[in-house]
Amino acid sequence: MAVREITCQQLVELVTEYLEERLPVEERLLFEEHLAFCTWCVTYLDQMRQTIQVAGTLREDDLDPHARDAMLNVFKEFPR
Amino acid sequence: MAAIRSPAEAELIQALRDGDERAFARLVDMYGASMLRVARLYVRDPAVAQEVVQDTWLALLRGLDRFEGRSSLRTWLFSILVNIAKTRGVRESRSLPFSALAADSGDEGPSVPAERFGREGDAWPGHWATPPAEWDSPLERVLSAEVRSAIEKAIDQLPPMQGRVLRLRDVEGWSSEQVCNVLELSETNQRVLLHRARSKLRQLLDHEVMNRNP
Repeated sequence: MAVREITCQQLVELVTEYLEERLPVEERLLFEEHLAFCTWCVTYLDQMRQTIQVAGTLREDDLDPHARDAMLNVFKEFPR
Repeated sequence: MAAIRSPAEAELIQALRDGDERAFARLVDMYGASMLRVARLYVRDPAVAQEVVQDTWLALLRGLDRFEGRSSLRTWLFSILVNIAKTRGVRESRSLPFSALAADSGDEGPSVPAERFGREGDAWPGHWATPPAEWDSPLERVLSAEVRSAIEKAIDQLPPMQGRVLRLRDVEGWSSEQVCNVLELSETNQRVLLHRARSKLRQLLDHEVMNRNP
């Protein structure tokens, strides 16, 4: 067997694979073991989750009425 | 003809083929705003982005009879959009300075600067030497217009593919499968780009936003 534990420096590079559930089971266990004793990495992981949440707040779903009308016109003017 | 994925989608497509304007309006309300934002990932000029979206709707209507449902209607729509936007983006970029065209560099620094960790020979090599400080109410801070524009600017400054993946995954909320299909990326490549982009955005938030006194 290779590594038995991961360092904080290694953990920060695995965060996305962890959140995407793409870590092989062995590494996932090492990752979670590390979190169990390292509150700083818990903070780091939490900040990555918050970063995702913050990005999600940038979405604005209001379509400008002029843009909407222009789109609807494509349909109205489409020859059929 | 391959089966169209869901009954609701089959119904929608039939309605569009029948010329049902309300069905089209529903599609515009579902995807129009998002299409404009995705177009802006490739073209700067908002007027050009609007044209890209118009051309996409036209291409959708022209292609409806050939649509076989090999992908979902949404994936199909956004694939058309990205193709048109790319073509327009290339045309637009001929007048931009060279730096704006630089490809994403494969050579990137670490997610967190190495000096924040203990070095070889220290008591705890590879462990936090300067640990992250907890953030103070991040979701309240982003309500400020100033903070939002700083974040937008930071995302715009990411290498182009990183910015696109981050916007599609985390701003638009697409799944990794949808992003891979539309941007034609492998899953691994998509994840690497996402990781770099998120790590940089976290760093920016950490430096510029979350630990500042309001």
